[in-house]
Amino acid sequence: MGYVAVKGGSDAIHNSRELVEFYRLKDATTPLDIWQVRSQLRLAVDKVMGEGGLYGPEYAALALKQSEGDVFEAAFILRAFRATLQRKYYSLPINTREMFIKRKISSSFREIPGGQVLGPTRDYSQRMLDTHMADEESAHVRQFLESFAAKIDPARLAEITTYGKVIDLLKEEGLLKAVGNDEDTTLKDITREAIKFPAPRSARLQMLARAETGGLMALGYSSMRGFGSVHPTVGELRYGTVPVRVKDIKGRIRYIGKIEVTEAEMIAEMKSSSKKAIPYYSIGYGLCFGQNDTKAICMGILDRAMRSPDSSSPPNDQEFVLYHTEGIESLGFTNHLKLPHYVTFQSGLSNVRAAVQRNGEKNPKKTEDTHSLQPA
Amino acid sequence: MSGNNNDNWLLRVRNLTKIYGEPDENTLNLTGPEYNSNICPATESIVACADISFDLYPGEVLGIVGESGSGKSTVVRLLHFDMEATAGAAWLRPYADGGINILQESGQKKRFIRNYLMGMVYQNPRDGLNFRFSSGGNIAEKLIMAGNFHVGSIRDRASMLLEKTEVPVRRMDDRPSSFSGGMQQRVQIAKAIANNPPLLFLDEVTTGLDVSVQAKVLDLIRELQQDLGIAMIVVSHDLSVIRMLSDRTIVLKNGRIVESGLTDQILQDPQHAYSQLLVSSLL
Amino acid sequence: MIANKKYTNTFNFAFIDEATKKEIRRKLLKAVAIPGYQVPYSSPEMPVSRGWGTGGLHVTLAVIGREDIFKIIDQGSDASVNACNLREFVQRMTGCRTTFDTTEATLIQSRHRITEEELNERQLFIFQVPQPEPLRGVERYENRTRQMHGEADYARMWVSLYESFVRYGDIMLGAGYPVKVNDRYIMAPSPIPRWDVPNLHQSKALFLFGAGREKRLYAVPPHTRVEPLEFEDVKFNIENFSGSSCSRTGYKKAFLDELYLDDGSKHHVINDSNFLDKLSEKAEAKQHSNKYLNQLGA
Repeated sequence: MGYVAVKGGSDAIHNSRELVEFYRLKDATTPLDIWQVRSQLRLAVDKVMGEGGLYGPEYAALALKQSEGDVFEAAFILRAFRATLQRKYYSLPINTREMFIKRKISSSFREIPGGQVLGPTRDYSQRMLDTHMADEESAHVRQFLESFAAKIDPARLAEITTYGKVIDLLKEEGLLKAVGNDEDTTLKDITREAIKFPAPRSARLQMLARAETGGLMALGYSSMRGFGSVHPTVGELRYGTVPVRVKDIKGRIRYIGKIEVTEAEMIAEMKSSSKKAIPYYSIGYGLCFGQNDTKAICMGILDRAMRSPDSSSPPNDQEFVLYHTEGIESLGFTNHLKLPHYVTFQSGLSNVRAAVQRNGEKNPKKTEDTHSLQPA
Repeated sequence: MSGNNNDNWLLRVRNLTKIYGEPDENTLNLTGPEYNSNICPATESIVACADISFDLYPGEVLGIVGESGSGKSTVVRLLHFDMEATAGAAWLRPYADGGINILQESGQKKRFIRNYLMGMVYQNPRDGLNFRFSSGGNIAEKLIMAGNFHVGSIRDRASMLLEKTEVPVRRMDDRPSSFSGGMQQRVQIAKAIANNPPLLFLDEVTTGLDVSVQAKVLDLIRELQQDLGIAMIVVSHDLSVIRMLSDRTIVLKNGRIVESGLTDQILQDPQHAYSQLLVSSLL
Repeated sequence: MIANKKYTNTFNFAFIDEATKKEIRRKLLKAVAIPGYQVPYSSPEMPVSRGWGTGGLHVTLAVIGREDIFKIIDQGSDASVNACNLREFVQRMTGCRTTFDTTEATLIQSRHRITEEELNERQLFIFQVPQPEPLRGVERYENRTRQMHGEADYARMWVSLYESFVRYGDIMLGAGYPVKVNDRYIMAPSPIPRWDVPNLHQSKALFLFGAGREKRLYAVPPHTRVEPLEFEDVKFNIENFSGSSCSRTGYKKAFLDELYLDDGSKHHVINDSNFLDKLSEKAEAKQHSNKYLNQLGA
């Protein structure tokens, strides 16, 4: 039995690719329609768009189908796809005061202008497994849509309007202090430049916007539990569609479409350093694609936490938060441990063996004892 | 006073000032010993120290005494580049023959000055030692930065320094976290003198130690000073420490110098009301 | 709904768009001009996972030309699965010839090894780098390591080597041993074994390093001083394979893999797969020479 050169690497990976495809199709079920994925797995699509950093619901749906529902993989696929696209414009900042509201709540005040609009949320439902869904058919769907439509009286629909923000009320009262400095108002495009620390606010918010929801959730949670200093209130949480505009080459502002976003403005009290100065409020801001309350809220918590002067806790530490919530990079590096490391290991082995040998020479008695344990 | 040997100074400091907050043009006039306050009533800025000027001569020990908040630690921290001065200048003879204001030098040059020409011993050993390294490793750091890359000679010198500071050499490879407070201070001292710097800062180095341990550390410092002829600035709120170590003394109150002169003179015949208070409370 | 023909069209040559290629090339030039200095770059996402070679790919795809002959190895082997995946990708995106033969290649991308065979002035050698920052082990913050490099403040690095000696009797660094480049910057040579480190010094080839996930590029130009960190009396040494030889060729002077076979027996085999093939076929293969190798018997 001599050594056999392993030349089959190519074959192995081709086979594994084919096997993946087999696993996806082996049950010979009806192929998923992209529109079905986009429509009935809406929140997974929203999450993938947010982490992929690309607003393209059908593409996110396609990525989810391709990855068999692995949201990390799907976000990765979308991010890689995005990198092949040319950036034609930087849009003007979206103005969420123009939002067509689908959901709008505030925990800071009981009543707010326009009222608390729960919108589509599972927050107040009971999470009981609904086995009826197993038998859902097109007829049920049609029936539901018909009866739902019947409840709407076109004569009683209010005019479409936009709503002022809760934070505007605080600003009017002089309770909100502006945050940041000159550097914080410069736009840094993190897809074009590597981030360096300390990072300006535009870079931090971009990274949070593309961050992995679970990572943000873990750190936001830790901040609330005492590993940081931030336990804010939801000033306002909004979900809806906003128009997107760009400036064309002649400088004219053009509307190019609308996107769905979730926005959270978290209100936290700001401690002032000066004895005499009055305390004021500051905002932790969160914004992401689609409907994703958790991500927007945790973005807000961490945006505020990272501005805390005390960076000894992980959620307050910019480098800790931003590096480790980057989903595509974390996914890659943690999984890279699966790659062969035998040369690296061998190199270390050589050192450890030498050290053990040196120790053996220093303590010869020990070696004798080991020998005495060997069978006669 | 700094009248004699005017040109022979080792360290010259003029108008050293540190203010926290946002001062205005009146701030300095509204603070100080006459007002019994460091805090500017108009702007709330804090004058940690202001207009500090003195000369230090080679081999001399200068004491800086005052209560907490007097600005004494601030002075040495500014000179050791632990923080940035608001105003003022300092010149060090062994650096560019005393021709360049060291407070304005670049980060790299400041590090050179700290490594080769200064030593600092802090009240809290955690400020001066890296607790992740062994005590020998802490000394090695200074020696390596001075260009010594021979482990054998680094260890020889480290052992010698530890011996000199009466730290058992067999503990050279142990981390300072396992040492008593007094021994940690002695490791700090060993590290501070590793490169034979002409200038050594000692910031409240015995405060917080047991009285008997204090006495031993002070004895050690005095011996080293006599052996090596290092110029020192000794900061303390305790006049007895100042009396034991320093040739000349400056008295700080609310960030300003209220009196300066030969230590013996100040002890025997204090002029300023505050110095009189200090001396009278000396046990 | 998706009226997308994109994937049926051909990609831009070498996949990456021209603007990004220009940026990477500019940064590489800067890296070559400042040997051992880490240059930040945009590091766009690739269809390959972070940590699996995106940095190496960025460099390869930014500099590869239609006439280039491309070789890629992983831990010394051309046939390693990840190398196969990346080779396919590069081939698909450029149409370039690929080869296993070290002498034939003009562009060699490698994960964690330098070839045993000597490199020449026509060759570019591209490393995949997981952690470009050699000081990361003694300082976790990017902010501070940047300053340390800027001020050549390497004290803590040296003390950590001293401490290692004190604790274990030797500097216990294995692969990825830190080096000083051109007498200025301390650099992480990627996790190559110590065996390979001396071959960075005064090489005829150009070495380029890509750390995709960490977004840094750096370089060692030809004929540059690259010196492993060592004390005057505690020296750098390469791995010791004394007593072992390649069970297939009997050769002793190459980096050897340790293999455990089904019957429990332990064998050694030359790690560099192309070098092994050449020696097995008694073909010509000129090995790197350096003072550490020269000390070993044949």
